[in-house]
Amino acid sequence: MIEKPQQNELAIDCFLLAGRIMMESGAETYRVEDTMLRMARSQNMNDAQSYVTPTGIIFSLGKTQPTRISAISTRVTDLHRIALVNNVSRKLTSHIITLEQAYDELNKIQKTNYFLPIIIQVLAASFASISFLILFGGIWGDMPAAFIAGGAGLYVATMMQKLTRVKFFSEFVATLVVGMIASLALYFGYGTQIDKIIIGSVMPLVPGLLITNAVRDLMAGHFTAGMAKGAEAFLTAFAIGAGIALVMAW
Amino acid sequence: MEYIIQIIFSFIATACFGVIFNAPIKAIPYCGAVGAIGWLIYYELGSHGVDEVKASFAGAFVVAILAQALARRFRMPMIIYSVSGIIPLVPGGVAYNTMRSIVELDYALGMQNGMRVFMISGAIAMGLVFAEVIMQILFSMLRKGKTSIQSFVKVKR
Repeated sequence: MIEKPQQNELAIDCFLLAGRIMMESGAETYRVEDTMLRMARSQNMNDAQSYVTPTGIIFSLGKTQPTRISAISTRVTDLHRIALVNNVSRKLTSHIITLEQAYDELNKIQKTNYFLPIIIQVLAASFASISFLILFGGIWGDMPAAFIAGGAGLYVATMMQKLTRVKFFSEFVATLVVGMIASLALYFGYGTQIDKIIIGSVMPLVPGLLITNAVRDLMAGHFTAGMAKGAEAFLTAFAIGAGIALVMAW
Repeated sequence: MEYIIQIIFSFIATACFGVIFNAPIKAIPYCGAVGAIGWLIYYELGSHGVDEVKASFAGAFVVAILAQALARRFRMPMIIYSVSGIIPLVPGGVAYNTMRSIVELDYALGMQNGMRVFMISGAIAMGLVFAEVIMQILFSMLRKGKTSIQSFVKVKR
């Protein structure tokens, strides 16, 4: 392995790309580190070291070997990609495919957009909202308002994200829309419990998962990752609270 | 009837979150089932007077065990099932209430709700980690053949 710098370059590119795709798709920090090290060990690179944070990955092949950094700026939850990268890593570690094939597959995964059409996601958010309305003890009559508000919330959040690229602003605007729809529904007599409607409709936006992941990373000893995720969750929750409070105060 | 409604809606909620999180399509029904079972445990314990922190812990524990089993069955990472499965348990409503109280300058209520969010999400994370560790110990023991189950299987074969 030491005699072939070309091979090392390819290997480090391949492992970094795998880690990067996983981190950008919202995988757990320890799993990303584990996957990268497993892939390295399967290629007889036993001295490899990886340091993963939510904002960047540092990967080294060993003491005298090259080290590379990969910065990560966007993070979404995309479980399909995690499954695909996991599949590639599984095949590489059991020597079904070679390093070159793995790198090609990872490149293909990174270029493809696996998200379902926006209309299906909006519908899913609408159905999730009415389900949470019922689970949190709301009444059946509030369902239409929650259906519209939940779908509109996710749609506005996605569209604003595309327009402005500032995650917290798009969440703020989305909850503003949710709050306005809920209070309009109440005003025109299509809803009774505004609190339950709003909680149900903002559930697709609230960072509950991020909070849980942050605590989990902290408990696993990844304090940098835990703190970063906690800060992101706090800012998201703050944007959502501010959006709703603006409607309520008005 | 109450239970059927809870099961149906927690299934729908979790499966829809599977769609939003872009889980592989054939995994989505299983995600829904995991979420429904987790929520049912949380709901059952909650209706018997167990507080929400302990109920969340129990729910997350079961979700993690089911997710681990499904992950081994279908050879996919566990996060696909656990992420959607804990969605009904995560304290989204309380987190929202916290932030609403704080931006409305009601700091006392905000702090109280914030501590609840922290405790519940900590309990969920604990449940996930505990289940994972226990499963790992169990599987490593099984691999070494130290349990009675393993010897039983060997004799049977």
